[in-house]
Amino acid sequence: MIEVGTHWNWTIAGVHLHGQVLLESWLVISILLVLSWKATSSLTLIPKGIQNLAEYVVEFLVDIAKSQIGSKHYQSWVSFISTLFLFIFVSNWIGALIPWKLIHLPSGELAAPTNDINTTVALALLTSGAYFYAGIKSKGVRYFARYVSPTPILLPINILEDFTKPLSLSFRLFGNVVADELVVSVFTMLVPILVPLPVMILGLFASSIQALIFATLAAAYIGEALEEAH
Amino acid sequence: MEAIVSAASVIAAGLAVGLAAIGPGIGQGSAAANAVEGLARQPEAEGKIRGTLLLSLAFMESLTIYGLVVALSLLFANPFAG
Repeated sequence: MIEVGTHWNWTIAGVHLHGQVLLESWLVISILLVLSWKATSSLTLIPKGIQNLAEYVVEFLVDIAKSQIGSKHYQSWVSFISTLFLFIFVSNWIGALIPWKLIHLPSGELAAPTNDINTTVALALLTSGAYFYAGIKSKGVRYFARYVSPTPILLPINILEDFTKPLSLSFRLFGNVVADELVVSVFTMLVPILVPLPVMILGLFASSIQALIFATLAAAYIGEALEEAH
Repeated sequence: MEAIVSAASVIAAGLAVGLAAIGPGIGQGSAAANAVEGLARQPEAEGKIRGTLLLSLAFMESLTIYGLVVALSLLFANPFAG
């Protein structure tokens, strides 16, 4: 029997939390921290091994930021975009690769932290806040002139866009991760041998694309908020 | 849950995901066709064409995923249950 949406509920100091999502997120954070520490612990001019991999990843992320935000302002936003990409990428991949079934929880089960709508909405709201912050910091109150350009008739559409941007970001990521997990669990229930494998590989591929999409869109929104005259 | 609410939710869930797959299916096919044509004209641009194609496919995919989310919430987190 497959069920969706049972969580391991914690209540800490009156705040209701989904415990399994926190545990998985801490695992993702510790994986990222350990990998970054190992890659930068003894830096050599000609990179080898894990430092080489880290430099490739950083170059890739700087390229995303530079191409979306523009070469003038991208430097200060590289860390935000990279965090989004790496967190989502590692979350989705550990959700698909680690044999979580071996660990029994009192209720609910362990999977990718992004299969909870709260995680993806949090990331999307962070992105919303980031592009508002970028726009207001670079242009001040003149940032709101963007809503009535090129014509004031577009004002309701521009305001609506501010709501649909985080909505679509969060639902795209959430839907992709939950869809992957559901398809794999349904196939495993029907034919446990071999048949789920192509679907799991497709899930790995699709979830890495989703991490790239999220980071690229976040950078594009920030770039759009920062751009000067129309 | 009342019988009519269950029946309606099941039909709605099926329709949601089924209809949501039509538009993006056509769109993705058209995007892939144009990408292959561009690749045939200029094989050196393969990297850029592939990157743009994958990005566009993911955008279109998300429209179908919205339909799936509605279907899932009707089946598992139904606000009209009980």
